[in-house]
Amino acid sequence: MIKTPSHFVRPQLWFEDVSVGQELGPLRKTVTTRQLVMYAGASGDFVPIHYDKDKAAEAGHQKVIVHGALKSAFVAELVTGWAGETGRLLELSVQYRGVDYVDDTLTCRGRVTAVGRQGAQGRVDMEVWVENGHGMVSTPGKATVALPVRAEIPGG
Amino acid sequence: MPEPIITAEMLVFTGMDSMPVTYDVEKGAVAKFARAIGDLNPLYIDDLVARNSSYGGLIAPPTFLRSLIPGRYAKPFPEPFSYVLDGGSSYTFFAPVRVGDRITVTRRFVELFEKQGKLGTMLFRVQEIKYVNQHGEVAATQRTTTISYGTGQRDPAIDDL
Repeated sequence: MIKTPSHFVRPQLWFEDVSVGQELGPLRKTVTTRQLVMYAGASGDFVPIHYDKDKAAEAGHQKVIVHGALKSAFVAELVTGWAGETGRLLELSVQYRGVDYVDDTLTCRGRVTAVGRQGAQGRVDMEVWVENGHGMVSTPGKATVALPVRAEIPGG
Repeated sequence: MPEPIITAEMLVFTGMDSMPVTYDVEKGAVAKFARAIGDLNPLYIDDLVARNSSYGGLIAPPTFLRSLIPGRYAKPFPEPFSYVLDGGSSYTFFAPVRVGDRITVTRRFVELFEKQGKLGTMLFRVQEIKYVNQHGEVAATQRTTTISYGTGQRDPAIDDL
């Protein structure tokens, strides 16, 4: 028997099921030094403030800091997980306004801000953000996804 | 007011394109990236699920593009500072990046400005990175802002940003 991953069991999200104000998340990530080292290796970003606490202190940080691009990956996971397999991420933008520290639990959330049709597809705009363990938004952003439209699928 | 730090020598970089670099999108590299970000979506790691999906095969997570590091400019940027921070990224996606793709990466230096903040004078560099696949399609673009500040012992990693 083929093991079906749990998020594939969830029914596909259709454009018709989305409305303005709908929320995404929370997606929580506790970022360990181990994860930062894995991310440095996988991304090729070896700037030492992400794994060397002395270098982080020299650059003015109280602890090793989380790669901004890792936070963008978390936000992308939030959005693509929500949009499902036939949803498509069209745009993603994030601003790293504040640094986040290792061992903090980061929470990614989103909220639908606009919905509209674009040809045979639905287009959904949303605001997305990352909050640190103190509930402060360090990373605000925006995303746009295309979703399938039930009315466009024969027999859908 | 502190002295401006942007020089004519820096401004010549505006509009400059980097040397292109071409990468093979390898299955192992995509899986390693997916594990590193903690996103175990089977579209990134499970051949069978991916083959039966609307993509027809394994794809890379959206920000995997970040690991396809652009090439250097014809000459090194005269960086006045020692430390860097990532200011943010703005991606537009046109086509999925698939395992087996060959992606050619080029970046353009689009903007340079300075600001005063709690870290003192900060230099902002905005670059636009273009990812073109083996079919000649632009798969995605990324507009990225790099902030540099402070004087101290410089890390060589700064020269790749």
